Amino acid sequence: MKFTGTDNYVATDDLMTAVNAAITLERPLLIKGEPGTGKTLLATEVAGALDMPFFEWHIKSTTKASHGLYEYDAVSRLRDSQLGDDRVQDINNYIKRGMLWEAFVSEKQAVLLIDEIDKADIEFPNDLLRELDRMEFYVYETRETVKADNRPVVIITSNNEKELPDAFLRRCFFHYIRFPDEETMEKIIAVHFPEIKKRLLKEAIDVFFTIRDVNGVKKKPSTSELLDWIKLLLAEDIDPEALREDATKAIPKLHGALLKNEQDVHMFERLAFMSRRQDS
Amino acid sequence: MFVQFFYNLKEARIPVTIREFLTFLEALDKGVAQANIDEFYYLARAALVKDERFFDTFDLVFENFFKGAMHKTAGLLDEYIPEEWLQGLAREMFSEDEIDKLSFDELMDELAKRLQEQDAAHHGGSKWIGTGGTSPFGNSGQNPAGVRIGGDGGGKSATKMWQRRDFRSLRGETEIGTRNMKMALRRLRRFVREGAEDEFDLQETIKSTADRGGMLDIKMRAERKNKVKVLTMFDIGGSMDSFIRISEELFSAVRTEFKHLEYYYFHNFLYERVWRQNRRGYNEWTPTWEVMNTYGPDWKAIFVGDATMSPFEITEIGGSIEHWNEEAGELWLRRFLGTYPDAVWLNPVPPARWMSTPSIRMTYQLLEGRMFPLTVDGLDAAMKLLRQGRQSSSRLN
Repeated sequence: MKFTGTDNYVATDDLMTAVNAAITLERPLLIKGEPGTGKTLLATEVAGALDMPFFEWHIKSTTKASHGLYEYDAVSRLRDSQLGDDRVQDINNYIKRGMLWEAFVSEKQAVLLIDEIDKADIEFPNDLLRELDRMEFYVYETRETVKADNRPVVIITSNNEKELPDAFLRRCFFHYIRFPDEETMEKIIAVHFPEIKKRLLKEAIDVFFTIRDVNGVKKKPSTSELLDWIKLLLAEDIDPEALREDATKAIPKLHGALLKNEQDVHMFERLAFMSRRQDS
Repeated sequence: MFVQFFYNLKEARIPVTIREFLTFLEALDKGVAQANIDEFYYLARAALVKDERFFDTFDLVFENFFKGAMHKTAGLLDEYIPEEWLQGLAREMFSEDEIDKLSFDELMDELAKRLQEQDAAHHGGSKWIGTGGTSPFGNSGQNPAGVRIGGDGGGKSATKMWQRRDFRSLRGETEIGTRNMKMALRRLRRFVREGAEDEFDLQETIKSTADRGGMLDIKMRAERKNKVKVLTMFDIGGSMDSFIRISEELFSAVRTEFKHLEYYYFHNFLYERVWRQNRRGYNEWTPTWEVMNTYGPDWKAIFVGDATMSPFEITEIGGSIEHWNEEAGELWLRRFLGTYPDAVWLNPVPPARWMSTPSIRMTYQLLEGRMFPLTVDGLDAAMKLLRQGRQSSSRLN
């Protein structure tokens, strides 16, 4: 069982090695990288490529580790007890399974995505150590142990907002998705827009990397933004010639997809103005 | 054979543990990286390094360790030489007849022989192992399919992944740039996620009430709120001119991150007055006493300055180059530290020069070592110390 990228996802060699190591050794894989480089997408694609069921656990700042295991719905039980419902006798009726539980008991080996783990409290990863290590946990309310028959492939993404504890890191494989170079970028675009004309592609990538290289851009456009932009270019049927012109003299057409900050837009307008003045 | 590699990593201060090393060996054992040295490198990196800031150091250690291995061990070499190179090589060196006759092993032997000949100095020229040649073997060659044997790669395509040092920009100790600034910001944010206030805990109250069979049991909890108060003191003296940009970046970062933030400017060193505006409007100064009285000891003080000046400006009465100071700067800093004992000093001057510059050394001592370089790592350490307070400061330094 080996992951080698898919029709809609371009995986670099180092990423493939990391994914395969995580699958073979059944250890979690921690993915970091610039925003918009396809961290979250990876898990979906791995699940698709290896034909595994997919479970997704999004982390928010209020998420607690126990949410991923199970939740005991005390309120419902309290209400039911007041109404004299028979369900109240069985505590199992009030235990809601979390994503980890679902992934553990999945018939087939599953892929579990823990998305943006750094959003949660600093202690959050520590609370999951044993669960991810042994792939089992104890349900206090029912006094049973849930244990994974097939250890799921766990993929964890982080945006680096908080540092993760060492004990947690020790148990993971780690991969940092770098910003793709132009060659990889062409492949990525080809995957998303197979119909695109060669010239338009080249011009678009040129403009894109020029923008990324400009000093002082507050928010550099990411891969996903480039893809959005190309979608717009295709929809508007922009002529590649026009784009070439744009790169030096004016701010790129439909720039709204690339520049998300009014200071950046303003800066490009100024640069464009200056280059026009130099020309005349 | 990789145990030494493990120790080399540790020596390079990459935080690797035995557990990770065993994981790495286990992965090797299970055949995760069989195809080539690149895959081996990727696997080692994924298993042993857990922070992209250490990638560059890892690349260096890897290069150092395996350069030797690839050079010496002919046995390793044959794993890395693909069939087609050998064919190309054979066409160049042997006649058709000989190619048919020689087996792969014999070709390898021949190669090993050539490698040994390389020990005798041989650079350029027509022989096909050596430096600067066009053949597929040797050092600094231009052959696109070349395998590099020791030394620095001259031909680009013979450069391995880890020799490109792509991750250099992610090193923590690099200065704070536009990109790294974001990282530093996040470190500051982690720092502000603390502080406590009481808040009604609905979830726990319900749970606890249910547990007790309906008896109301109110639970309270701490609120996650930014309660940290920061007092920043920026040096805008003349010697800071070259660091203005980096200070401004830090300043804008600090400003957006803290709700309770006060900032003052000083010139070269702390004396009896500080300024609110950095345009050096001399008339609008605030007495340092007033600052210390207004903002209590619960404020965290951060100095940003190069502390580079004449030692007189610190020790002497009247030492200031701008005005006559009735009391020495040293005294003022001591007073200030009396109010804010945890104060840290961020210094844009590289730490290597601290001890050789008398005024920096003095300031460093006045702060009892709580001076940090204005880099991502330095900022991180400073914030950690500020958050933990005094107890741990002696241990860290």
